[in-house]
Amino acid sequence: MESVTLVAVTAANTAPDMALLDRLASRLAPVFHLSITVSNSPIDAAFAYTPERCQYYSTRLVAALAALPTRPGEHILGITPLDLFVPILTFVFGEAQLRGPAAIVSYHRLTEEFYGLPADAALLDQRLLKEAVHELGHTLGLRHCDDWSCAMASTHTVELLDLKGAELCPHCRRE
Amino acid sequence: MTKGRILIVDDDPVVRDSLSQWFQSEDYETGACDGAASALAELARHSYEVALLDIKMPGVDGIELQHRLRELEPDMPVIIMTGYATVETAVRALKNGAYDYITKPFDPDELVHLVERALAQRAAVQEVDRLRESLTQMNPARDLIGASPAMRRVNELVQTVAPTDATVLITGESGTGKEVVARAVHAASPRRLHPLVAIHCGALTDSLLESELFGHEKGAFTGAHARKKGKFEVADGGTVFLDEIADISLHTQTDLLRVLQEKEITRVGGTQTLKVDFRAIVATNKRLEKLVEEGTFRPDLYYRLNVFTIDIPPLRSRREDIPLLIEHFLDRFAVSMNRPRQKVLPATVEMLIEYAWPGNVRELENAIERALLICRERELPPEAFPFQAHPITPAAEGRSLDEIEKHHIAAILSESQWNLSRAARILDIDRTTLYNKIRRYSLQEE
Repeated sequence: MESVTLVAVTAANTAPDMALLDRLASRLAPVFHLSITVSNSPIDAAFAYTPERCQYYSTRLVAALAALPTRPGEHILGITPLDLFVPILTFVFGEAQLRGPAAIVSYHRLTEEFYGLPADAALLDQRLLKEAVHELGHTLGLRHCDDWSCAMASTHTVELLDLKGAELCPHCRRE
Repeated sequence: MTKGRILIVDDDPVVRDSLSQWFQSEDYETGACDGAASALAELARHSYEVALLDIKMPGVDGIELQHRLRELEPDMPVIIMTGYATVETAVRALKNGAYDYITKPFDPDELVHLVERALAQRAAVQEVDRLRESLTQMNPARDLIGASPAMRRVNELVQTVAPTDATVLITGESGTGKEVVARAVHAASPRRLHPLVAIHCGALTDSLLESELFGHEKGAFTGAHARKKGKFEVADGGTVFLDEIADISLHTQTDLLRVLQEKEITRVGGTQTLKVDFRAIVATNKRLEKLVEEGTFRPDLYYRLNVFTIDIPPLRSRREDIPLLIEHFLDRFAVSMNRPRQKVLPATVEMLIEYAWPGNVRELENAIERALLICRERELPPEAFPFQAHPITPAAEGRSLDEIEKHHIAAILSESQWNLSRAARILDIDRTTLYNKIRRYSLQEE
């Protein structure tokens, strides 16, 4: 991986929060020691909307991101406020192609408002950073890590997400 | 190493594939099958630790498949996947022995926890099996000590009857080791992983014995503050050993006969009939047929008990076993007293072989224990045994049995430095009895 481009994935009634993407880019860069850019061309997720679930099918969105024109060594990370799912699961925080160029992270369930709590922008930034590192880790070929504090630890709740760090553990870093 | 091997059976390829993929990303190994036939074939080839089965599949559904999987892999927890949860579905799945059920689509956190719990349960079940097996190996059937033809015969009888469920009647003089033989039968039987519950019928009053054997309901009698299980219930799947069977009253004999015939009990004060599963071993030092003639033992109970009899010979008729028993007790007491193992002088062994042992093996055991307590020498001399140092002579003319008992108890108390537990052990009576006798004879420590 030589560079990462963050792409906003939105729907007609949802405006992309570009400031959030900018903040994420600046925090991601030191983790992977490479340049992170934010694309000015959001993609429309309407084609992945599944009415019976009222959610967006993440595997289709990842495929669409992977189809975007890229430079060699460039990885695409979609960032979306939309609620994502795969058919067998009620939701996913994100999805990635293992050793592939594309991944997506949803911050729909990373906000405190989703759980009926007051908004916390700083906490959302942290959670989004951890999920972004996690999915990009998958695109680098990293699997889930047994070290609960590593960004590659598998987490399905924000409670566990808050416990782990945004850094890769020494073992995953070596990988 | 992966976290576990999961078999996924669903006719929907999307579910099958994405579930496999997801579990693989969570570090599980997976096998995916589209129906019962392929699942059974897959299970014949590879082993799995948990199975996730779709409840609705063409042909054989998840519940039916679960039945078949249980026959192949009884320890493998099965989780049923349903499109929508209904009480009926859940009850059906759980009644059929499913570990749990989960509704599609799955909450990822719930799914992970469910599989982790199922794996933990399987591991626990297997751990219990392993520990049971190790326990069996660590505590092998207590060997019946003795190389004499008489004891070899007893051993043969034990090995013959142990694998069956037949009632065993053990006869022999007091102290010959009837309970040891009963434990050997239990330990060599298929019931060995279940409890052996022993009860000494002669030690209890009629009503207490009934309550001990059959249990009682709360409020059945004064002092019955809570429901209590009887020995037959406690021994469920195991063996009940009824010692001193000749001492039970005719009334309790009637109840006991019913339990042995019907394998059913009713707790004292209760109305509910409970099925019990046990094997009975009974023992007596009396001749039951004589008691039947005298009318103090029910003949029908006698015939029920006298299915397979093992008669243990007295120690005096198998003196060649005495050196082996001495070595056995020296080993055992060295461990229980936490002392270096002592030996016995050849002259002492000769003397012990010659002695009549009216109290049989129990008397020998007690004599060795007492000798070890009072003698710290590496090799026990004949003097360490009181019947040698102070031979028991016939009572002097005019001395009553009470006087002999008083003097004997006083001598043992003195030997054991008034350690009541030790003295009671040597005298082979309980502490309360000893205490009562001390009071009765007004014995005092000098």
